[in-house]
Amino acid sequence: MLIPRKPNGIDRPFPSEITPRAVFESRRSFMRQLAAGTVAAGSLLEMASRQAFAADAPNLQKLAARRNPSYVVMDRVTPYTDATTYNNYYEFGTDKSDPARYASVLKTRPWTVAVEGEVKKPMTFDIDTLLKMAPLEERVYRLRCVEGWSMVIPWIGYSFSELIKKVQPTSNAKYVQFVSDADKSAMPGLSYPVLDWPYVEGLRIDEASHPLTLLTVGMYGEVLPNQNGAPIRVVVPWKYGFKSAKAIVKIRFVRDQPATAWNMAAPNEYGFYSNVNPHVDHPRWSQATERRIGEDGFFTPKRPTLMFNGYSQVAPLYAGMDLRKYF
Amino acid sequence: MAFPTPRQLTAIKAVVFLLALLPFGRLVFGAFTNGLGANPVEAITWSTGEWTLYFLTITLAVTPLRRLTQWNWLVRLRRMVGLFAFFYAALHFTAFFWFDHFFNVPEMLKDVARRPFILVGFAAFVMLIPLAATSTNGMVKRLGGKRWQWLHRLIYLIVPLGLLHFWWMRAGKHNFEEPLIFSAIVAVLLLLRVVWAWQKRVKEPAAARRPA
Repeated sequence: MLIPRKPNGIDRPFPSEITPRAVFESRRSFMRQLAAGTVAAGSLLEMASRQAFAADAPNLQKLAARRNPSYVVMDRVTPYTDATTYNNYYEFGTDKSDPARYASVLKTRPWTVAVEGEVKKPMTFDIDTLLKMAPLEERVYRLRCVEGWSMVIPWIGYSFSELIKKVQPTSNAKYVQFVSDADKSAMPGLSYPVLDWPYVEGLRIDEASHPLTLLTVGMYGEVLPNQNGAPIRVVVPWKYGFKSAKAIVKIRFVRDQPATAWNMAAPNEYGFYSNVNPHVDHPRWSQATERRIGEDGFFTPKRPTLMFNGYSQVAPLYAGMDLRKYF
Repeated sequence: MAFPTPRQLTAIKAVVFLLALLPFGRLVFGAFTNGLGANPVEAITWSTGEWTLYFLTITLAVTPLRRLTQWNWLVRLRRMVGLFAFFYAALHFTAFFWFDHFFNVPEMLKDVARRPFILVGFAAFVMLIPLAATSTNGMVKRLGGKRWQWLHRLIYLIVPLGLLHFWWMRAGKHNFEEPLIFSAIVAVLLLLRVVWAWQKRVKEPAAARRPA
């Protein structure tokens, strides 16, 4: 585009909205530190925005990660308190405040992730091995919930493809299934038959291999809080949030399209693919717009939802597919 | 037998009025003090919807309670409770119109037409309007008691539609606990009426012979 278009606050941000000054300045010092060869502990960028909430946030272990500049968005990062007190995690209850209320009792050590199925090297990884398997990166992703709200979260992890390389899938591996923890002693939501427990999710192998698919161990410069899927989860930013399985205990490489929890519960409402798509509505509400948590309030209309949540680089994965049929 | 005296009734009405305003007050307070959580808009929409159902259920409970307790004065509170149901329904609709559609009428109507879940709730709200509009003594007189009563029997349609709307909203998440409780209570309240109407029909000849 030759003629610069006016900012609209959505895909073309207002200059004033791009980065708060304090954060911007701390990024400069971050860059200086990098230049000086020091490894920055955590991201200074989010530490600035965290300070305001430091008082009521639990003491989580800091994670050293280098921001990956290829995965930054121009949107404002969601306040830490919003991102950690408002989310769906049905193992802890159906209310969006339940995860923050109940998840603290979940024990995330010791923790192992079994990788099995169509792989040459089936393995059981200890969480501490996974934390060190590849350099940790910080990536700021948009998160779009199927319910019509969205956030912007600085995750920490590395591409899931790193794990794929380690276990070496066979040519029969066409899909990947993620199995979440189902610990009755810690998860009160499991006593309700809302979903078939344990929670299962899945991706096509090429989706799982896409560099955007993040094996995630932290957010906001620290390890994941329990309510956000500790100790390890995936984040698939171009799909609705429920596709990103939390508290993963097992990963299966399989031949056939695996069962996924929400698809089993309501096949007409939640498809296997569940790509963010403003043109395909949910049966009970429009997906054309979304409300950005912490930003869009009483006096701002909802913002347009972007195709693939703005991650157009994944479009080739679906070339020739009817995304209405494969919703 | 003089309970409640007119003064006491006025006091009871004042107390009920203030209690019924509490949920609204809490929302206003929360909206100004950042006390409605990460998604205040959703909190307002859900809370006003829920309170609409509470007040609708209470209006349906007045007649059975009156019969069971012989507290005939309860009926004097019903209009106010009904108007509060309308008040919260209007807030609920406004929240939807404002927050979901930002006052865009064509967009809002398109949404209503395309989504049965919203259509059902919208229909229930629209039917509440004539009931609220004819709630004054003057309107009762103008319509005549019989016709007024027939009109206000719309409530037997409105409440099930409101419940269906609620049920539908929760259905996608298989979260039926609250809709089930609501439906059970409303079913009992409606069934009592059916039973009493049936008993009346059976006993009518006997009752007619009895001296007044």
